[in-house]
Amino acid sequence: MSLRTFLPAVLVALVAVLPMMAPTTQVLLTLALAKGLPVLGVIVLLHAGQVSFGHALFFGVSAYAAAFLARVYGGGELISMVAVGVLAAVAVGLVVGIFVVRYRHIFFGMLNLAFSMIFFSVLEKFYYLTGGSDGLPVPRPTVAGFDMERAGFETVLFYLTLALCLVAAWATHRFLCSPIGNMMRTIKTNELRLEYLGVSARGVLLVGYLISAVLCGIGGALMAVAQGVVTPEYVWWVRSGEFVFIAILGGSGSVSGAFVGALIYEAVRTYASAFANDIWKMVLGVVLLGVILYAPAGVAGLYAQVMDRCRTRPANKTVDEDQ
Amino acid sequence: MTLQLLALAIFDGVAYAALVFLVAVGLTLTFGVLKVLNIAHGSFYAMGAYITASIGGAIFAAGFSPWLAFPLMLIAGALVGIVVGGPVEKLLLSRIYELEDVLQILVTFAVFLILEDVQRLIWGGQPFFESSALQVLGTVDVFDITYTVYQLILLPMVAISVLVSLRLFLRRTLMGKLILAVTEDREAATSVGINAERVYFVTFVIGASLAAFGGALASATTSVLPGMGADMIVLSFAVVATAGLGRVEGAAVAALLIGLGRSFAVYLWPEIEVLVPYLIMLFVLLIRPEGLFGTTHPRKI
Repeated sequence: MSLRTFLPAVLVALVAVLPMMAPTTQVLLTLALAKGLPVLGVIVLLHAGQVSFGHALFFGVSAYAAAFLARVYGGGELISMVAVGVLAAVAVGLVVGIFVVRYRHIFFGMLNLAFSMIFFSVLEKFYYLTGGSDGLPVPRPTVAGFDMERAGFETVLFYLTLALCLVAAWATHRFLCSPIGNMMRTIKTNELRLEYLGVSARGVLLVGYLISAVLCGIGGALMAVAQGVVTPEYVWWVRSGEFVFIAILGGSGSVSGAFVGALIYEAVRTYASAFANDIWKMVLGVVLLGVILYAPAGVAGLYAQVMDRCRTRPANKTVDEDQ
Repeated sequence: MTLQLLALAIFDGVAYAALVFLVAVGLTLTFGVLKVLNIAHGSFYAMGAYITASIGGAIFAAGFSPWLAFPLMLIAGALVGIVVGGPVEKLLLSRIYELEDVLQILVTFAVFLILEDVQRLIWGGQPFFESSALQVLGTVDVFDITYTVYQLILLPMVAISVLVSLRLFLRRTLMGKLILAVTEDREAATSVGINAERVYFVTFVIGASLAAFGGALASATTSVLPGMGADMIVLSFAVVATAGLGRVEGAAVAALLIGLGRSFAVYLWPEIEVLVPYLIMLFVLLIRPEGLFGTTHPRKI
């Protein structure tokens, strides 16, 4: 195993065992990973050169669907809540997607924003259904039929989230390497050529859009369960902006960027925002500018650069490199 | 709906449309020339409002004439355009015109985030309310409705004069013609000796000043509070997209459409008031993807 793949494996293992050594980090890590999933969804679209300023829509739709399910059945079941959340996100993603894939660039971004703002207003105005700005409580669900203690449940939730993130990362990676994933990239470089090949660019983008909705859906339902409450803030544009920010910070070129970015972001936010609360947005803005201007490939890109340099320097004794 | 309510809804809509137009026209002008949709445009609007409300509040409290509010608005607009907008274009945007679209959008988004907190640091989180300019002009009775002169007459007049003078500026002055030339074809314009960088700079400052001027005018009619910039950028984007990106005259029509739609919603179905601009935009784009007055350009292979 080369160093390049060894270090990420160590990182995953570290994330997996960290809660055992430092239990306070468990919730934080769960939230960070749950946030990494919609970021991955944003990254999928960035591969097609499109940025969505409204992906919190699918995050929120899924979270509210999970909350409604739990309320209807008087306490829910974790598996079915995530499943229903994803289904709801896909259904909304299909309706919104058919419309927005006709547009590119700023239109694409702002139309997504418009849809998420519409949903946000609906959540706030129809308070007798949605609880308004106070949101809805999400009672701790059962897991595969078992009622669990809080500590035990949080552990299960953490490992479920971690497992889902790994599966999602792998599946997304496979998708981006597949023919249709490559067509997504063609939308970014030259869409017209794609059309000349007889491929519907809108169709391709719609597939990518639905995949990103699924990823947001998984993340949203997990986040709702982890936080125990859903509020309209889940759909607020700041949340969508956060996803985009993390995607750029982590590196939009690869799937690992989503989770690396989300972990860094959540850690810094938890420990630094306490004394930088007033200038938090400013910090985000400055970092975003810095990354775009000086490290456009993000943290994952920097890592790849460092690895390339490590590999080329000891040119004679790279016997153990097997890739 | 009685005749009186109808008139009231129209007055509200027109006054509101005038404000939105000022912001939207700056956005669409900047986009037409720079091909960058500036998300930080909403911040310029908010800063114009904050400067007018805070300085206005201070000097009127010191006993100066409330008529000073009007020159103050012009100064606030120009100040934000030059002092804030200028450096943003010169130091930041000028470096990213070669980048891909998505990164350009994100750079202006980053500027927006930074300016949001700059406002918070300077003016804090509490709302400002300063309506001397509104009161000093008094009210007028139309169809038995008492309405403020400021909103019913001044705002639409300002909007119309901005529209007319912008048109004259672009068609009749040298600078305006240079702007049109660069908009049409930057490379060709540069090759005949036009300084495209300067045109970009001037356009951006004009656009930013218009947004800040819109904010300054709005500050007399509403509370100035955090988040108003975010609301306005979304709204003015809806106007600009409905009109067709880069369409100056179209922005006026779309602003009127959205302003009236919104004010009628307030009287007929208040729950959907905030949704109306989006619904109008979505409806228009569904039928005409390039906007009401937009034209489709053949894409280069």
